[in-house]
Amino acid sequence: MADDTILETRGLTKEFKGFVAVKDVSLKVRKGSIHALIGPNGAGKTTCFNLLTHFLTPTRGQIFYKGQEITGSSPSAIAQMGLVRSFQISAVFPHLTVLENVRIALQRKRGHSFDFWRSERVLSELNEEARRLIDAVGLAEFENTVAVELAYGRKRALEIATTLALDPEMMLLDEPTAGMTHADVERISTLVKRVAANRTVLMVEHNLSVVSTLSDRITVLQRGEILAEGDYNTVSKDPRVVEAYLGAGHA
Amino acid sequence: MSAVLPTVKSAEVGAQRIVFGVMVAFFLIGPALGMYPVFLMKVMCFALFAAAFNLLIGFVGLLSFGHAMFLGTAGYVCAHAAKVWGFTPELAIVAGAAAAGLLGLIAGLLAIRRQGIYFAMITLALAQMIFFFCLQAPFTGGEDGIQAVPRGKLLGVLDLSDVWNMYGTVLIIFLAGFLLIYRTVHSPFGQVLKAIRENEPRATSLGYNTNRYKLMAFVLSATLSGVAGATNALVFQLAALNSVHWSMSGEVVLMNLVGGLGTIFGPVVGAFVVLAMENYLATLGFWVTIVQGAIFVLCVLAFRRGIIGELGRLIRKPL
Repeated sequence: MADDTILETRGLTKEFKGFVAVKDVSLKVRKGSIHALIGPNGAGKTTCFNLLTHFLTPTRGQIFYKGQEITGSSPSAIAQMGLVRSFQISAVFPHLTVLENVRIALQRKRGHSFDFWRSERVLSELNEEARRLIDAVGLAEFENTVAVELAYGRKRALEIATTLALDPEMMLLDEPTAGMTHADVERISTLVKRVAANRTVLMVEHNLSVVSTLSDRITVLQRGEILAEGDYNTVSKDPRVVEAYLGAGHA
Repeated sequence: MSAVLPTVKSAEVGAQRIVFGVMVAFFLIGPALGMYPVFLMKVMCFALFAAAFNLLIGFVGLLSFGHAMFLGTAGYVCAHAAKVWGFTPELAIVAGAAAAGLLGLIAGLLAIRRQGIYFAMITLALAQMIFFFCLQAPFTGGEDGIQAVPRGKLLGVLDLSDVWNMYGTVLIIFLAGFLLIYRTVHSPFGQVLKAIRENEPRATSLGYNTNRYKLMAFVLSATLSGVAGATNALVFQLAALNSVHWSMSGEVVLMNLVGGLGTIFGPVVGAFVVLAMENYLATLGFWVTIVQGAIFVLCVLAFRRGIIGELGRLIRKPL
């Protein structure tokens, strides 16, 4: 079974001063699956996320990506290995246009990102590919709009297009539908489903209906620890999970 | 759809070309309008210095508060090379710029690890160390500085002691530096810099090692500041302590605020306005500082985008 594990953590722990945010989390994400990380507020989901992408350094524990230990690698190195994250607060480059946003991601692989003596016109060779990605997330008519002027749901769509531009093997999505209108939630869910076809997705998500329709496997965190793991039916019937979400008495 | 972007861009470029033409014309006919050539040469040197500074604050979002160290160090090295080692002026300027670039590499390696006010404080602290070095080191002449620096012959032929030869040389250096900065801002590299300014964590998550880009921009800015400082030393035939003093680092911030942060032409206009005040209000004595202070406050309160920034907003095109 070890072969189809793409991301694994062993005893991952993060302590802040006098407070354990993530405690001894051992997690295996299967290649090609959509894996959801859920849990009540303050369960340590986002901390866990930041540990995986090395925006935080774990106090203890190890992280393996495709069988290789990446615990000490830098965030940009991890992104270059194909493990790319999104952010809870929508992460776009606000004063660049939609097209420019996506091109930033495409540009790195072309290798002339340090060329300060060249005209930015050399970047127009990336336009076609960028437009294809923008079209795929339904933003075709906004390619020249400055990102800050997009509605919230569209910013998230742009963010996903930018992430997809890196063609990552594995995507980490931090609450992809947080704060969205109903219509947007549906659109993003469809999008996530579609892009996950040949990738692995690990996502933190609050919206349980999104989780139930999308994910193959769910890990429930509570107070920094793994409470339960399994598919939606198993997890949603687990009395401990129900108690964690609704409080004692409802179980 | 695909036609929209090029037209928007070409309208921007068109407006910028016109302003660029006006700027070149101004420096070409300025002396004929009765402005002192030495004053205009000083304006060009400081315009280049301010534009190099703006590359960092305006396009990467890094506020350096120690840029005088690059201006001053290059001035001292250039003056020493020309006077003691007998370098030709172009080699003396290259030596000064290289020294500033090297200093920029060291200062940058230390400073870019921190952000915001901490970045500013590290650059200020390093600049203070350079100031005391320049005060104490034997070759800098202490309080006197390095005086009577020979301008020499450019490439061994063009005698720069002639004011018009010097003027033409400074104009070409200024325009070359200015165009290099323009190109850098509008290059694939500049695009990454803007992404870092806009959202550094996101740039990191896309796989960019942002510190390397920031360091490169920092070295570039330091080197161009060095070109400005070295040229300025040849113009005045002097390298003096005031060019490494912290107030010089403050002055370049002021120039950018007055002209417009993150604009292409703002630093040039800002340098002209600030230096013109110092020059033409000099008879007011210490009042210059008070007038400058008042203008600074006015800028920050009334038009925060600076002269060029406000102008650009008025015609809806970035200048």
